[in-house]
Amino acid sequence: MTETSYLDGNMLDGPLRELFAVDLSAATARCQTCGRAGPVGGLRVYSHAPGLVARCPACTAVLLRLVRTPDRAWLDLRGATFLAVPVPPERAGPPPG
Amino acid sequence: MGIVSPGFQGRPRPAGPALPPGQYLTEDFPVLSAGPTPTVSPQDWEFVLATETGAEYRWSWPELMALPQETPTVDIHCVTRWSKRDTSWQGVSLDTLLDGVDTAAGYAVAHSYGGYSTNLPLTDLRDGRAWIAHTYEGRPLPAEHGGPARLLVPHLYFWKSAKWVRGIRLTTTDEPGFWETAGYHDYGDPWREQRYAGD
Repeated sequence: MTETSYLDGNMLDGPLRELFAVDLSAATARCQTCGRAGPVGGLRVYSHAPGLVARCPACTAVLLRLVRTPDRAWLDLRGATFLAVPVPPERAGPPPG
Repeated sequence: MGIVSPGFQGRPRPAGPALPPGQYLTEDFPVLSAGPTPTVSPQDWEFVLATETGAEYRWSWPELMALPQETPTVDIHCVTRWSKRDTSWQGVSLDTLLDGVDTAAGYAVAHSYGGYSTNLPLTDLRDGRAWIAHTYEGRPLPAEHGGPARLLVPHLYFWKSAKWVRGIRLTTTDEPGFWETAGYHDYGDPWREQRYAGD
């Protein structure tokens, strides 16, 4: 049997940069189906398809679908309960008084 | 009558009828898949047709094979722009499976082993336009192309022809499927180039 190959989630960096100002491949996503939390870069991305389909490496459930039409990008994240995105540490505010 | 001779064209004309707009011909059979290929043996395979009232009609693999078989030869059109002419299949017409099924549903959702789904109007499954296909070019349908059996609805873009089909649910409301909820057209007529939502 021929198994359709998949790519690792780091390949999502380019397509998602079109939508987000941050690098989401370093973000953590939690799989709604099995509860596993891990880096977006560790998802399995099936790209021989009408869109990009990113699946959980543990249970193969779909976390993310990204479809690029001529004038829109459709991002479906219903399979992920959260995305935790690294951001720069908050700077301390001005001293009181 | 034309006044321009075809002899002055630089390239030979493609044989056969026109392709849908935006499509090109391919000789091979590209494998598209949104996930790992499910492994389903015929002895474990089952097809369930469920109506909007909850009634279920089930066929095992031997029962499917015992039904009248048809051998459609059809052109297929993938939304990723390749088309393939004269593909030959063997399978059971949805007319046969729907015969005697009492339903007032207007829509159908095909479900697959592996979790894929796609929706279409029930009328598009009737009148000799849709099959549960298990044989391709005289051989058992390979798993990467949807074997042991796939839905074949060649008058719509090929994402509607769900691979690894395990059942069809009849519904009174339209329920968009895997690609239809992610930017692809709800109906997907290649001749009207209905690729994306809003086309």
